[in-house]
Amino acid sequence: MAIDMELEAVLRPTQYPMPPYPPKVITLANGKKMVVRQAVREDVPEILKSVHPCLFIERDYYDIVSARLYGELLAWFRHRVKSEYCLMGQVDGYLVGVVNGRMENEKVGMSYHTLAIDRGLRIGSHLFAAKMEYHMEYLNQEEVLIVAESPIGFRRWMIEYPLEETKIPHELGGGDSWRLTREIYFKAKPRLVVGDRPVPPELMEEAEADIKFADDDTIRERIAGLKGR
Amino acid sequence: MRDVAVIGVGMIPFGRRDEDTLLEMLAYASLKALDDAGLGDKTVDAVYVGNMGGGIIQHQTAIASSLVDRLSLLPAAADVVENGPASGGSAVKNGVLAVASGYYDTVLVVGGEKMRETTGWRATDFVATMTHPQAEYIYGVTLPGMAGMFTRLYMEKYGVTREALVAVAIKNQHMGGLNPYAHVEMAITKEGIYDDHASIVNNPTIADPLHLYDACPVSDGAAALILCPLEKLKNPAKPPVVIAGFGQATDTHTLQEREDPTDLKAVTLASQQALEMAKLKPSDIHVAELHDAFTILEIAESEHVGFFKKGEGAKAALSGKTAFGGTIPINLSGGLKARGHPVGGTGVAQVVDIVWQLRHELPKERQVKNAKNGLTVNFGGFGNNVLSFVLRRVEQ
Repeated sequence: MAIDMELEAVLRPTQYPMPPYPPKVITLANGKKMVVRQAVREDVPEILKSVHPCLFIERDYYDIVSARLYGELLAWFRHRVKSEYCLMGQVDGYLVGVVNGRMENEKVGMSYHTLAIDRGLRIGSHLFAAKMEYHMEYLNQEEVLIVAESPIGFRRWMIEYPLEETKIPHELGGGDSWRLTREIYFKAKPRLVVGDRPVPPELMEEAEADIKFADDDTIRERIAGLKGR
Repeated sequence: MRDVAVIGVGMIPFGRRDEDTLLEMLAYASLKALDDAGLGDKTVDAVYVGNMGGGIIQHQTAIASSLVDRLSLLPAAADVVENGPASGGSAVKNGVLAVASGYYDTVLVVGGEKMRETTGWRATDFVATMTHPQAEYIYGVTLPGMAGMFTRLYMEKYGVTREALVAVAIKNQHMGGLNPYAHVEMAITKEGIYDDHASIVNNPTIADPLHLYDACPVSDGAAALILCPLEKLKNPAKPPVVIAGFGQATDTHTLQEREDPTDLKAVTLASQQALEMAKLKPSDIHVAELHDAFTILEIAESEHVGFFKKGEGAKAALSGKTAFGGTIPINLSGGLKARGHPVGGTGVAQVVDIVWQLRHELPKERQVKNAKNGLTVNFGGFGNNVLSFVLRRVEQ
């Protein structure tokens, strides 16, 4: 598609400076190692391949979460969103989860979505925690505004941290925002934020070599199949 | 009393069965058992349905009446048996009594529950409705809460460690991975749920000292069996298995009224009755399915049944005595921990799994070689209503 760069200069939002998120590795319940690292814009088309099959899964609001995530990542890819980032989890090179958010301004972060593509291993919890870690410890923000679209999200974020209720509207619409402050984050950190740095070189190489994807049927079965974990 | 044979068994895979109603699940499991029994155009005389929550979760009562109609078994007698998480065991017992007494010749027993259509906390609340309304429930007690207190006492009294609980969780989830009917098929490692610092997130505390992987999942599922008098069994296609003994005992409704809350008297009494009726000792049992709604219960029940002395169950779990290939393999189905715990279905599913063991029909990685005697414990309330069955393979 031809792009008029003169117009693009107007349409593309300016970006806040965003220091990188240093990758880490987390041992999951099944003993596998999940590498959590920051995606770059060029990764988006590949990531969307794993998000796409989730668009049609009603269970646990996967359809809403993945449809919105799809749009947000596409907007980031096409330079239509300000200061967005995306973190991803990989096990054996395979993409198992994606989280994203953005800087509303220098002090306030806006949490977007958390999509666990493999379930039952608390991948969503780990990645959400990594997202909050990024906002608080690397972007050095004062607070993050969060909403949940699923009961599972509500349990994981609002109750487990626990977040602070506000009357501030969230960018995603829907219910009012809940707030993670620095105080709440650092209080919750010992029990919710884990991972080791640096990532062993062989794991990092495997993750960076190629983002692998499970096929659509496998993704659907993992998310909405008969078997739980 | 006539000897009662199990001539057909059936189970549907446990898990999250969004597409099926409770009635459909019960019907599928029943059809499998009827088919397994090779009843052909013969019908059954009576149906006993073990179910705890149809009235609460599905807002559907008297489901036995619906089931006989759905299965075209009219005008068979049909009853729902509700006894908390021991509903399945109680349904089996009623079926056994009906056949043993000579009143009915062919009985279908089915147990099932559909629990995943509600949220986890509502499911926990539903199960807590069996606690004492004035002395326990109003204070917010839940079954995980009770199990947590029980575990703490057991640890203090018998030196049970978290490592022992972890060993049970790993063993049962490993076996679940080998069982196509199991809800949980994911293997877990000690590193991932205990050793590594990430285990604080992977395996969080749910009711101190119990953690996430110490608890069974909330499951949908159903299992069924067909009973008939052994004397009427002519040239059976499959090795007959008889209910050689059964027992049932109760204990105080509230846990705090027990002289020693770590003493599961009803488990001891029920299993003793079952073993005495079968004229067997605990050491004669080749395989057992115990009610491990929480990992501590497998350890405690293994002692109260008499497989191990008090305080030795944890050591046995750690040393592999209760694993496949051990001296008394326990929960080779994955148990409640991994096969799942659709509360009204569990007691029936345990018997079905033991029948498969005694028929020698399981794949070699789960089949106890030459197993002849098996035992189940179905634990209702927090040990206030317990059923035990001893099953025996009849050599032809």
